[in-house]
Amino acid sequence: MLKRLLAMIPTLLGVAVLIFVLLRIVPGDVVEARYLAQGSQFQSQELMNQERAKLGLDQPIWKQFTTWMAGLARLDFGLSMWTGAPITEEIKLRFALSLQLAIMASLIAQCLAIPLGILAAIRQDTWVDYAVRVFSIAGLATPSFWLGILMILVMLISFKWVPPMVFTPLWVNPWENLAQLIWPALAVGYRYSAVGTRMMRSAMLEVLREDYIRTARAKGLWPKLILARHALKNAILPVLTVMSLEFAFLLGGLVVTEQVFNLNGLGMLFVDAISHRDYTLTQALVMLVATFFLFVNFFVDIAYAWIDPRIRYR
Amino acid sequence: MPGSTLESAIAEPRAAQGPRGLAVVLEFVRRRPLGAIGAGIILLMAMAAATAGLLAPYDPLANDYAAMLAAPGREHWLGTDAHGRDVLSRILYGSRTALMVGLGASLLGATLGSLIGVASAYFGGRTDLFVQRIMDVFFAFPVIILALAVVAVLGTGAGNVILAIATPMVPRCARVVRSSALSVREMPYVDAARASGFGHARIILRHMLPNVMAPILIMATAFLGEAILLEASLSFLGLGVQEPTAAWGLMLRGAAVEFAESAPWMAIFPGLAISLAVFGFNLFGDSLRDALDPRLRTQ
Amino acid sequence: MKRRARFLLFAAAASFSLLVQGQTPRSGGELVFPVPSEPPSYDGHREETFGLIHPIAPFYNTLLRVDPNDKSGTRPYPSLAESWTVSPDGRTYTFKLHRGVRFHDGSEMTSKDVKASYDKIIFPPAGVGSTRKGQYANVEKVEAPDPYTVVFHLKEKSGSFIASLLSPYNFIYKADILAKDMHWYEKNIMGTGPFTFVEHVKGSHVVGRKNPNYWDKGKPYLDGFRAIFMRESAAQVAAVRGERAHIQFRGFTPKDRDNLKAALGDRITVQESPWDCILLGAINHEKKPFDDRRVRRALTLALDRHGASKALSQIAIVKSVAGVQVPGTPFATPPEELNKLAGYWTDPEKSRAEAKKLLKEAGVPEGFSFTFKNRGIPMPYEPLGVWMIDQWRRIGLNVKQEVIEAAAYFGVIRKGDFEVAMDFQCGYIVEPDLDMYKFLSVDRNPANYGRYKDPVLDQLYDQQSRETDPEKRKAIVRQFEKRVLDDEAHYLMTLQWHRIVPHSSKVKGWTVTPSHYLNNTLDTVWLTE
Repeated sequence: MLKRLLAMIPTLLGVAVLIFVLLRIVPGDVVEARYLAQGSQFQSQELMNQERAKLGLDQPIWKQFTTWMAGLARLDFGLSMWTGAPITEEIKLRFALSLQLAIMASLIAQCLAIPLGILAAIRQDTWVDYAVRVFSIAGLATPSFWLGILMILVMLISFKWVPPMVFTPLWVNPWENLAQLIWPALAVGYRYSAVGTRMMRSAMLEVLREDYIRTARAKGLWPKLILARHALKNAILPVLTVMSLEFAFLLGGLVVTEQVFNLNGLGMLFVDAISHRDYTLTQALVMLVATFFLFVNFFVDIAYAWIDPRIRYR
Repeated sequence: MPGSTLESAIAEPRAAQGPRGLAVVLEFVRRRPLGAIGAGIILLMAMAAATAGLLAPYDPLANDYAAMLAAPGREHWLGTDAHGRDVLSRILYGSRTALMVGLGASLLGATLGSLIGVASAYFGGRTDLFVQRIMDVFFAFPVIILALAVVAVLGTGAGNVILAIATPMVPRCARVVRSSALSVREMPYVDAARASGFGHARIILRHMLPNVMAPILIMATAFLGEAILLEASLSFLGLGVQEPTAAWGLMLRGAAVEFAESAPWMAIFPGLAISLAVFGFNLFGDSLRDALDPRLRTQ
Repeated sequence: MKRRARFLLFAAAASFSLLVQGQTPRSGGELVFPVPSEPPSYDGHREETFGLIHPIAPFYNTLLRVDPNDKSGTRPYPSLAESWTVSPDGRTYTFKLHRGVRFHDGSEMTSKDVKASYDKIIFPPAGVGSTRKGQYANVEKVEAPDPYTVVFHLKEKSGSFIASLLSPYNFIYKADILAKDMHWYEKNIMGTGPFTFVEHVKGSHVVGRKNPNYWDKGKPYLDGFRAIFMRESAAQVAAVRGERAHIQFRGFTPKDRDNLKAALGDRITVQESPWDCILLGAINHEKKPFDDRRVRRALTLALDRHGASKALSQIAIVKSVAGVQVPGTPFATPPEELNKLAGYWTDPEKSRAEAKKLLKEAGVPEGFSFTFKNRGIPMPYEPLGVWMIDQWRRIGLNVKQEVIEAAAYFGVIRKGDFEVAMDFQCGYIVEPDLDMYKFLSVDRNPANYGRYKDPVLDQLYDQQSRETDPEKRKAIVRQFEKRVLDDEAHYLMTLQWHRIVPHSSKVKGWTVTPSHYLNNTLDTVWLTE
């Protein structure tokens, strides 16, 4: 257990190196983004060099990396290069929004996926199966931005509903908060349920054909019991993997959805940070999502070993 | 009721794959109507891509401001866009872009990913741990960020978009394939193959890979649809294929959103094209998996 | 003395126009407006984005401002300075400050603060960023002889100095704070403006409350304002349409305007103006065959600007056919004269024939292919790019577009790694010195991405800059324009941006100007209910 926790450190280090290097390869930097972008008439190389020096961008790459690492070791993310404010302050509100949306969306996805997947599997090749599959695949096939655009358009025209202007945290006003996030959560949840449904269905089908299920059936156990005890337990395994991995993606990857529904979440912050070449903020975001992802992963692995005794980690 | 279905599901063995050629196709259509519909859609798309030059009524790149924002009608069946370009012609030509990027990216991503996944599970131990750590590093990046970074480094354009889309797919495929391969590794026939002194490559390719085909297929077909979608999303965000090239995602960008209310054909038809294509690939892939899954066949 | 008289006239005109509107301003209410981008820091001297002006400008005052009722956005108007005089040699400007102006902390604002603020802008100490330092290269020194007098000494006389003081970015900061920490204003807000700072929630909004001790008695009318950061224009439009927001000061597209008007009718008031921003085609003079002026002229001749003005103005935020000055402003060339320039002729077929002839003369083959680099910003870069490429196709050029991500764009273009590229310029005020600086030789202006050197052009620029007689100056501006756009075709102009601000009819006391940087102090703005 502790070993697996410790194993996260090299992975995180790898993530850190990768994002650090990637950002430096991408052309442009925060100073150019700030002073060349607005079509200003007067540009001064002197000013730009000065700003670079202030941000430590004139130092050798390895030095910049070690400075950053030293900060990380103290859990100090530093200041945003674009705004100069502490990164924790930049992230705070957006993280709350993204986390809540991710939780809501994956709850919706699972509530849809698991029953639908089971239903489709036990009624394989009947119209029920077809209907479930068409429903879930349609969700997978519709581009989320397109769906979002249509959704908003329909709601605007028929209900005069407009996307919220600002995010209200759950602890401030739960009702308003849920009213804001339910639409994007539904759009995202429906979409992600498709992956789970098809996974659930195929896993169920596989498990239903395993020898031990057949044996159990030969022994005359009541079919529903088999389904519950054996089949479900084993079928849920890959579903759990896929869904939990998706969960980590939901946290930082809902760029288009956030754009369409006017949500100031981590996805848009990512895009902003990259387009401003805000190295420190981008790095911090990547580290945050990566850490989050690794922890989710860690818990999935534990669950794995618990559910399926065939798998043991050495 | 559920009980009886369950029983039949458990008891009824799949017929062995016997017939060949046309018979296979007919059998597939009969047994898997959804898959056949999917295949039909894919065929339609492939034909559109192949014959776009003949079918398209207009030059997909020619602006005609006299006909800007024309509604669907006799002149322009699906209307025109903000620059007066024929929407139908752009959709037909757009299928080329979609197919090229989709196939390229999913082939690249699934092949690399499943090889890495199976090999990792097969070798186990430190190799596995090391590969998993490397994969984790990539995996921990949100897809869109990785794609953004790849596009930012390499630049836009179809070739780079394929790379950008395939990159995040590799670790995802490797991960899922590995988790299936882990249990396969413990199977007696793998041990037997090892005992007979077969080379690693042979065991991986001949003995393990076929037995994890199901997840690979699920991933690969999902990738195909997803790649088309991701290409559309990237183009929608302005990071994919570039104007004036005809591409579905591009057609949904900018004016299409703004004019959604007064000129809905600009947004609806390309959106439908994307959905239909992705739907077709997924439907087909889904049924293909049911048909090919070794565990669903009788041994 | 003459100046002082003019001022009284302005003040009279201003109050008169309020009367003409027939409504007395009503006090109260909170103005809600979306802002498409969030300010990086709060220091106006350092930043260069409307994302700072819209939410932050109401907390500050500048020495002078543009007349809030002037649609051309060029007329100087008193703010912290009540009046000014110019010495006969045109090199000394003396400003009389308004008395009794207090900072939000209660201390009095005096000439010391103005001097400290302008010293920070013009002569920033090492480590302090000032974007506009270059603009005031002509200033020798700033003096504060008594608490209510500020004197600017110039190196040479200038036709543009007053205009340069109208910059909405030149907030007056408190000298004592600057003396302690030059960077204090990057993260804090404390000015003399009509509103006091309440909060800024990152990624969400900025709130300002009415300053009860504002020096301009009776103002502001609003109880406060709420600036909400919203990236997406669709969401901004939806906010105005759902009547949750009153106005978005930057501008919407023509289609958004039509949709809003259709949905809300009389509850929407639309203000429009040519916009002091324009996309230009930068032609790299270091790449063949673009070193040949015939090829460059062909590129500009190919563009049917009058046709585009009709078509593109329906789908993009562009409209007027323009030269180097925004149409309708004091130094702009009248249309009939402008239409004599290459590429501005009213007959597109004639232009295209001429373009083809020039290409042939220059030895450029039919179907010649080159890459046009464009910037990854949807509006209006994308529609204009599609339009230009199509126009060039019509004279037999085969142009591919390469779109580069917005932030990386100018870094790439600056290095000269392109053949023809989209370029952009945008000003806070229409003024020849500012607008034409772009076209100076590359050794004088690194932002000249065409990378040419043209001493004749530079000389014309300097001549007009020193010319204080408007009529004479106009003539030189004309010469300059003809040389840069026609004779040499160094750069090519697309269409002038067009600013469309559809806002709630409840919003009064705000006038659109050619710049989305101007007129955002909000002291004159009021709500009908």
